[in-house]
Amino acid sequence: MQTHQYDVVIVGAGGAGMRAALESSGRARTAVLTKLYPTRSHTGAAQGGMCAALSNVEEDNWEWHTFDTVKGGDYIVDQDAAEIMCREAIKAVIDLEKMGLPFNRTPEGRIDQRRFGGHTRNHGEAAVRRSCYAADRTGHMILQTLYQNCVKQGVEFYNEFYVLDLVLAESEAHGGEPAVAGVIAYELATGEIHSFRAKAVVLATGGAGKVFKTTSNAHTLTGDGMGIAFRRGLPLEDLEFFQFHPTGLAGLGILLSEAARGEGGILRNSEGERFMERYAPTIKDLAPRDIVARSMANEVREGRGCGPNRDYVLLDLTHLEPAHIDAKLPDITEFARTYLGVEPYTEPIPVYPTAHYAMGGVPTNTDAEVLRNNTETVPGLYAAGEVACVSVHGANRLGTNSLLDINVFGRRAGIAAAKFAQDAPWVEMPGSPEQHTLNLLEDIRGRAQGERVADLRRTLQETMDRDVQVFRTEESMTEALEVVQQLKERYQHVVVQDKGKRYNLDLLEAVELGFLIELAEVVVLGALARKESRGGHFREDFTKRDDENFMVHTMAYRTPLGANEQRGVSIFTDKVRLDYKPVNVTRYQPMERKY
Amino acid sequence: MSVDAPSKKPIAEAVEVPTFQITLRIERYNPEFDTESHYEDYEVTVHGTDRVLDALHTIKWDMDGSLSFRRSCAHGVCGSDAMRINGKNRLACKTLVKDVNPDKPITIEPIKGLPVEKDLIVDMEPFFDSYREIMPFLVTTGHEPTHERIQSQADKDRFDDTTKCILCAACTSSCPVFWNDGQYFGPAAIVNAHRFIFDSRDEAGDQRLQILNDKEGVWRCRTVFNCTEACPRGIEVTKAIAEVKRAIITRRV
Repeated sequence: MQTHQYDVVIVGAGGAGMRAALESSGRARTAVLTKLYPTRSHTGAAQGGMCAALSNVEEDNWEWHTFDTVKGGDYIVDQDAAEIMCREAIKAVIDLEKMGLPFNRTPEGRIDQRRFGGHTRNHGEAAVRRSCYAADRTGHMILQTLYQNCVKQGVEFYNEFYVLDLVLAESEAHGGEPAVAGVIAYELATGEIHSFRAKAVVLATGGAGKVFKTTSNAHTLTGDGMGIAFRRGLPLEDLEFFQFHPTGLAGLGILLSEAARGEGGILRNSEGERFMERYAPTIKDLAPRDIVARSMANEVREGRGCGPNRDYVLLDLTHLEPAHIDAKLPDITEFARTYLGVEPYTEPIPVYPTAHYAMGGVPTNTDAEVLRNNTETVPGLYAAGEVACVSVHGANRLGTNSLLDINVFGRRAGIAAAKFAQDAPWVEMPGSPEQHTLNLLEDIRGRAQGERVADLRRTLQETMDRDVQVFRTEESMTEALEVVQQLKERYQHVVVQDKGKRYNLDLLEAVELGFLIELAEVVVLGALARKESRGGHFREDFTKRDDENFMVHTMAYRTPLGANEQRGVSIFTDKVRLDYKPVNVTRYQPMERKY
Repeated sequence: MSVDAPSKKPIAEAVEVPTFQITLRIERYNPEFDTESHYEDYEVTVHGTDRVLDALHTIKWDMDGSLSFRRSCAHGVCGSDAMRINGKNRLACKTLVKDVNPDKPITIEPIKGLPVEKDLIVDMEPFFDSYREIMPFLVTTGHEPTHERIQSQADKDRFDDTTKCILCAACTSSCPVFWNDGQYFGPAAIVNAHRFIFDSRDEAGDQRLQILNDKEGVWRCRTVFNCTEACPRGIEVTKAIAEVKRAIITRRV
């Protein structure tokens, strides 16, 4: 085992991780660990834009943006966090421009802005142009720009280092409470274990979309950061709120940006009807994603779907000028051509909702400090981006607010972690901190026979798509829970064929599957207990929002892994305990959510 | 739960498509066990809309878990899975099986010119080293403006094409000059230099041109056009290199 020591270790090199690194590396000795290469991170797949009330093309202000964010999240957003995000959005966009991001420009040469779902003028009057963008590859440009600036600043990366454990230790300097001591990582190229001692750790590992089968998420989005925190006894917040993006390429789940509708695209059913006029009369196709996704699924369910199986609807861009499409939506129209053989100039594109974004995650406060219960933080531990739940997205994230989240809270996490590391004492690593990780890997690698990882993963993903997607019921989720719990048992017998050390991605996928199964259970348990419909969580047996009983954040806990995990002991636990945390309401009382 | 319960919703499925049998002939190499590489054939059933990446996953997930390759986004934006498919550099996730003549065995090899680590995985460090050498970041001097810098859309369009690069190395590893001379910066690094040289906000163009005027710089390019053909993002790589060459001559001489 190799050992390293840094003031700050950042886990993950997407938008949040690299934005944190740009702050932290100038202030404290910082390492960034990623299981990929930084430029492979899924921030690069984001398309439509990043909202900020710049007022470059029409009147706007950050208070309207805050209101839209709170209402979009179906009022379970922590309003202090939303206010910070929307206020700091303006600086966040300008910062990126100064770093070199090539935004599209207005005729005056300023950053151009366009419409996006749920973003409105004056508390819902009409759609507003708020999204700053670079064609339909805004996320790509953010990822590249942040990486470029990391190169400029000499940020130290450990590429293809997969962090598998978070080391917490009770610390006298922190009142005997658990504090960060470091992380344990597995080097993919060599199979070697590395121990990184750190005063502060920032989790920035992204989402867990691979819990589902139909998803816009990368293969590598397996909830690792959420998983390692959860296994160490830290809570996960609001994991039942998962966003299904309305316009995934039918059957494939590949994302087609909401910008397509922001630029004038229209959703149509088999009768050619612009059905969103019925569901959201004011802003129609630009309603928030939960509403549009549910409306689409409803059209299909009521028999107005298209295609031979009547199982998708159509995204119609044919009334837009080809030159306009080429200038504003070049990538997504190419996806339609490449993967479905559809020419968007002349043919509508088959689309259906696709699992897209985890609103929930590792709970943090607005300084990105991770909470270990409703009020107390873990000294030295920070989280930002999709892995975290601050909570600015509540029950349904507005489009563009994820790119904003990673920039605003990535920056805050980097500053806070570096500042903490400058003042805090080192926490002793416990003896053999790598033992749990070694056991985990060797148990799987050493198994001679058993079940294939892919078989379990398929069962998990198909079950989640069928039972815990846009529409949920007690019955469907009880069934899903049963399957997931069987999978926990079956996981004890998974086998890998690759027994080697070098680039053993077979083993990597087996470990990832463990996180997916564990997180799926938390999603289902939270969703079963939430007997109401709110944002992305829609229960057919409880179709109304219930503020009296459920205007609270879910906090899920498990029994922490023991200090000395023995070989062969299950990494899972039977006991997931649900608790609840109040929502921070500042200026907006819950109202009926209409668009 | 019964199959026709009201909560059962259709899972989106592609239009009925034909399935067919293909053979993938994959170059395998694991330095833990092998002294040199060899080819292995795999028979796979694929759907008409499947990508080469889907076929590779079928092998890895259901047949031979030791087959190793990088991939992440699976739709051509992360740049992880560049490989040689029937001798041409392609992203496996952006190449449909039906488009590569599935009647014959499809040959899959690692990209050339970079050391092979295992199977289809190559060492990307030399590639990123070249990228980092050309100062791939905006350089400005003087006071920072309070708001954004002003840039006309026309000025932005000047370098728009080269901002699309995903650093997949398909271009660089298709270049015969790069195969024979590992010191050559290669097309991807030049593309990323272009992205800043022609950005009206940047002030380090001369420095980058000087770097690329080096004997291992742009002048090694023999205008073979392999790079342009290989680019999965449709960047006109050879044109960008030509523009950099022209800039060196007109600005500095």
